[in-house]
Parts: sequence; structure tokens; C-alpha cells
Amino acid sequence: MYKIESKNVDFFYGSTQALKNINISIKPNTVTALIGPSGCGKSTYLRLFNRMNDLIDGTRIEGSICIDGEDIYAKGVNVDSLRKKVGMVFQKPNPFPKTIFENVAYGLRVNGITDKKFIEERVETSIKQVALWEEVKDKLKKSAFALSGGQQQRLCIARALAIQPSIILMDEPTSALDPISTSKIEELIYELKTKYTIVIVTHNMQQAGRVSDTTAFFYMGELIEHDNTKIIFTNPKIERTQNYITGRFG
Amino acid sequence: MSHLDIELQQLKTESIKMWSLVNLQLRKGKEALLKIDQDLAREVILSERRVNAYELKLDRDCENIFALFNPVAVDLRFVLAVLKINSNLERTGDIVEGIARFVMNVDHTFDTKLLEITRVVEMYTAANNMMESVLEAFEKEDTALARKIFKEDELLDDINIKANAIIALYVKDQPQNVVENALYLLSIIRKLERVGDQAKNMAEEIIFYIEAKVLKHRSKVEKAAE
Repeated sequence: MYKIESKNVDFFYGSTQALKNINISIKPNTVTALIGPSGCGKSTYLRLFNRMNDLIDGTRIEGSICIDGEDIYAKGVNVDSLRKKVGMVFQKPNPFPKTIFENVAYGLRVNGITDKKFIEERVETSIKQVALWEEVKDKLKKSAFALSGGQQQRLCIARALAIQPSIILMDEPTSALDPISTSKIEELIYELKTKYTIVIVTHNMQQAGRVSDTTAFFYMGELIEHDNTKIIFTNPKIERTQNYITGRFG
Repeated sequence: MSHLDIELQQLKTESIKMWSLVNLQLRKGKEALLKIDQDLAREVILSERRVNAYELKLDRDCENIFALFNPVAVDLRFVLAVLKINSNLERTGDIVEGIARFVMNVDHTFDTKLLEITRVVEMYTAANNMMESVLEAFEKEDTALARKIFKEDELLDDINIKANAIIALYVKDQPQNVVENALYLLSIIRKLERVGDQAKNMAEEIIFYIEAKVLKHRSKVEKAAE
């Protein structure tokens, strides 16, 4: 069964159609890269998976998006539960103005968990998962803002992992980071794949090649091609995809 | 034209220069062989250094493009193809040098009858034509022309297979020097057969980079069907 399945998805900002008839099926424990020029709809599409676009007035979706076989836009869906299942990491690291520990514990606390020991264990596991533990274990009470950009981004990933989602959405997670931090995040994505299904928006073609199993190319709100990443980067079937990835785009 | 396009164009231009040099070497080798022109053979041997220098330059150019431009899709296939064609050309250069060295060692011209019965001149002309055609296919990105090479290679294979029996019969009861010359000619036939194989490999690379089809190690029937 597919982890995420979108069927005939159209999406509108007011009267402007941002996505046209998108059909993508994503298998569990895979990394899917969404690529395309700015304004092509890839981030809009990503944000549909945890209903982040609901927060924007005047938006409308048609078609269906199923996660674990259930339509997440069906009536009666609890959006909070959905977002527990679908974590998100953004372009710029956005830690809360709290301590390192409280950043990761935040999701657990807002979900009503009060068991101190449980929270401590979960925070430690999550920070270890993002390979940040050795760097922060002695300064958990310090502000998250004291960390470097790369560390902050890994902390944000730890924060997303703490509530044990099964899907992680990443919107250009390394575009604000230096090459070393970028490679750490990429390694992390590779490791996290064994437990999570990851969808990543990236402008970095090489990054899409390095981290993803499948790549979807969007252009002007349409899905042009979705295939195995190796095929997309060696022999794409559609000329427009080739023009984009080789940098010959009009 | 993007920076990468300029680099790729330069790579193509350099490859064509190397290719033209190798084809020239091959033509000179033929002339040297037919006339037992040892001066010309020496010239071929000396020019082999230029072929080697081109090989090193093209290797470096490909390495730089990989490192600096991270080519993908058709660009990646093109640089990979050039890298392999570069090796094929260098090998072809070595083969021609080998032919020229035989010419240096042969003590007098080959017997016209021997040349005739082994069809070596016909073979050499076919090898030259194949190399010219495959270069043209590369220049014009013409995969139909590249595919014709596979058929042409059959002639070289045929002449090569029959050469053993023909020469064995010819050298029977012949004096030592005639036998030696005939063996040199047999070696040359072997070498020309390998030129055909190199040309065929290069044709496969051209089809690979333009059509993304891998024809290596496929039967003739399969190649014709692709």
C-alpha cells in the first residue's frame, strides 16, 4: 500500500489555480524530491500533506490526498492528529525562543504529556536521532538560539521527530546552511528513511540526486514527470525535465 | 549559450581534432604498408605521441566538467561517451603505431598475390571508411549513420576469420623471408580487425549518449532491432 496517494489534485489560491490534476503515489520509507522552478507549485503541493494551506484564506482543494489509505481532506478529519503524523521542517531553522530541551519537548507538552521521565527520554532519543546529542547534551538548558544554523535545523528536525510522525515534510531544509551542515542533514535524511517517509522540496539538483529515491518535476502547477531519481537524472523521458535539470530552462 | 554548453562544445571540438588525427594516422599507415614506405611509417610512430597527448588532455577536460559542472542527463551521457571514445581513439592510435612498426620490420614489399588473396587492402579501406563514418556520426549526432558501422564491421570479421587458412596455404614450402612477411601481414589483419571493434564501440557510445540506449554486448540481431 502507498503511504501517500494523491489523486486528481487541483488547488486554488482564490481564482488562481496553483496545481493542476496532480497524481502521485509515494511508497512508505522512501524519499521523494519535488523539484521545479520557483512558483511551480512544489511547496504548495508539499503543504497539502499536513493541511498547512488551510491556514491561508481563500484556498480550495479538489481531488483527494490519502495518507495510509485515508482521505485527509474528508469531513471530520482531525487536523491536529494529522499533523502529529506528518511533521514538517522549513527552509529557515525556526526554533522557538526556548531552551534546547523545551524546543524538543514542546510537541509532547502541547499533546498533553506530563510524565517527566517520558519526556526526558523522548527528548534524548530525538536529539540522538539527529546526531546532535554529543554537541548539546551539556547545554540543554541554554537557548536554542545559541546554536549554529545547522544545529538549529537539526534541532527542528528533532522537534518534529519527538512526536513520532510517520511522514516528514521538508521545504528546502538546507538552503540556508553551509556545505558541512548540509551534508549532515542529507546523511540524516538517508538514515531517517528507514523509519519515516520523507518528502523534500529542493532547488538543489545534486541534493535531489543524492537523497531521494524518486523525483517529481513540477512546472507551472503541473506534474511533468515523476520517476526513479536515477532515471530522472540520467535519462528523463520528457524533454522539459531534461531542459530543467541541465539548466537549459527557457 | 551557457558556460556548460561552451565547455561541452569545446570538448566535442577537441575530440574531433583527436579523432581526425587518428584517422589521418590510419590513412598514412595504409600508404606506408602498401608502399613499404619506412619514412612514412616512422612519421606515424612519432605522431603517436600527439595522440597520447590528446588522450591526457581529454581525460582532464572530462574530469574538470564532472567536478565543476556536475552534468546530468544528456550532458552526463555525452561526457561519459567522450571519456570512453577517448580511450577507443587512443587504442586505435596504438594499433596504427603497431602496423607502422611492422612496416619498419618488413624487408621488402608484400607479394601482390598475397595482398590480393588475403583482401587486406579491401579490409584496410573498410576500416578507414568505418572510422570516417563514425566520426561523421559523432559530428552530426547521426545515430542512423552510427548504426551502419555494425554492418560494416562484419566484412572485417569475415576477412580476419578466413586469413589463417589462406596464409597457412600460401606459406607452404615457401622460404623463411616469405613466411615471415606473411606472418607480419597476418598480424596486420588482426590489428585491422581490432580497429573495426574500436569503431563499433565508438558507434555504441554515440547511440548511448544521444538515445540513452545501451547496445554493448548485444547480438547483431538485437542491435538491428533497437
